[in-house]
Amino acid sequence: MTNTINSALRRVPAWTIYLAGFGWAAWLFWQALNGLGAYAVEPINVLERAYGEIALILLVAGLAVTPVRQHLGVNLIKFRRAIGLTAFFYVIAHFLVFAVLDVQSLGRVWEEVVKRPYVTVGMLSLVLLIPLAVTSNNLSIRKMGAASWRKLHKLTYPAALLGALHYLWLTRGFPTEPLFYFVVITALLLLRAKFKKRNQVTA
Amino acid sequence: MAHRWKNDLSRDDVTPKAAFLNRRNFLAAAGLGAGAAGLGAIGGMSPAPAMAQEAALEPNSFEDVTAYNNFYEFGTGKTDPAANAHRLQTEPWSIVVDGLVDNPGTFSMAEFVDGLEIEERIYRFRCVEAWSMVVPWNGFELADVLARAGVQSAAKYVSFETAVQPENMPGVQRGVIPFPYVEGLRLDEAMHPLTMLATGIYGEPMPKQNGAPIRLVVPWKYGFKSIKSIVRITLTEEEPAATWNIINPGEYGFFSNVNPEVSHPRWSQATERVIGGGLFAARQDTLMFNGYEEEVASLYDGMDLREFY
Repeated sequence: MTNTINSALRRVPAWTIYLAGFGWAAWLFWQALNGLGAYAVEPINVLERAYGEIALILLVAGLAVTPVRQHLGVNLIKFRRAIGLTAFFYVIAHFLVFAVLDVQSLGRVWEEVVKRPYVTVGMLSLVLLIPLAVTSNNLSIRKMGAASWRKLHKLTYPAALLGALHYLWLTRGFPTEPLFYFVVITALLLLRAKFKKRNQVTA
Repeated sequence: MAHRWKNDLSRDDVTPKAAFLNRRNFLAAAGLGAGAAGLGAIGGMSPAPAMAQEAALEPNSFEDVTAYNNFYEFGTGKTDPAANAHRLQTEPWSIVVDGLVDNPGTFSMAEFVDGLEIEERIYRFRCVEAWSMVVPWNGFELADVLARAGVQSAAKYVSFETAVQPENMPGVQRGVIPFPYVEGLRLDEAMHPLTMLATGIYGEPMPKQNGAPIRLVVPWKYGFKSIKSIVRITLTEEEPAATWNIINPGEYGFFSNVNPEVSHPRWSQATERVIGGGLFAARQDTLMFNGYEEEVASLYDGMDLREFY
């Protein structure tokens, strides 16, 4: 079963992730521009949320690649870079909607980042992702060496956690979606820690 | 007592004209002369500022007003109420009026609105989440209802309660916030001529996602004070509980007057986005008391609005 899935996946090129990611972002923007469906009344907030949430989903997907291989035997490793970079693209798109369409002035962007903890946390997550996006290429892995590159890319975890916290913090009441991401990311983190520990014990 | 404000019903006559005049393109086409003549016709009556405001307001479309709502009984998303509120059972509907009143009782909707004249009021509506709309409400002044109930001298506050229908309300089933939703006003706020109980918008019966069959509208306070689908009105001596104030007293005060200078702990209240402007809608400055400063500021004379937010 996993062999069938893996051999099928081998035939799918990684660039399909970029294509789907950019295509979907453009489709959402087009809907927002024309006030279609969920974008009919308040397109700015809806687009901002949509980009942010997809960024979070992709960050979680990127984090899930290793546990999925370890526990389910399905190998998605060749898609991981594309998933990560597409996540970063959505984070930037989310930030641009916030800065340009939502708060609409650099002064207010700065004020929000400094004064509003949930924006600070979201901004911190974005900043943490910059070195990861910049080094998501073979040249960087060669230059840095695999070990330190891997160490650097562990920043995905705090970045994803801060992203989930950012989402949780901005809501009123107790909606389930932000909590869901928080729980999933924490679970993935625990899963990885446990797996590592077990391997260390058996090694 | 309510009859003292009957003069305000002159807005009844004004509104069609105002609604007509508020089409900005018409104003522009007609030029200043026609505009001034139009305002002149209503200028003789007081309070003029409110009229001028109303004339300048351009209501959001019926679609805007009914597709983008907060009504946590039906879910926390903005489109959840439009999707789920059809399940609200509004017939029969009864409203309890009790507490410190001479004429307590349980009234059917028909009994409750009997003898009250429905008028249209075009008000700004400012959500605590920093977005806003302009809504043409249909309803009557809460003061008229309170006058009929016979408010006793010991009463200092009015509390309100929203219906709870767990089987019809997914948000109640999930317990997203404590229910029933409750709100309250100080008696002088409740008696203010701007404060109304609305039974419709755009001349239509109140859509369920907007709080059918009857809701409060307090235009100078953040939207969550304007409690929906009311089943109980109680006159009290003590300050009543208010749901968001219970959930997070540091973020939502009992008064919750619109105030651009007092920011929400997590976001600024200095500006707002008017719903319905599309993807490139510019933010606009939020007005003190949501633009009703002249009418209501005196209610808070001597109060520190930073302390009593």
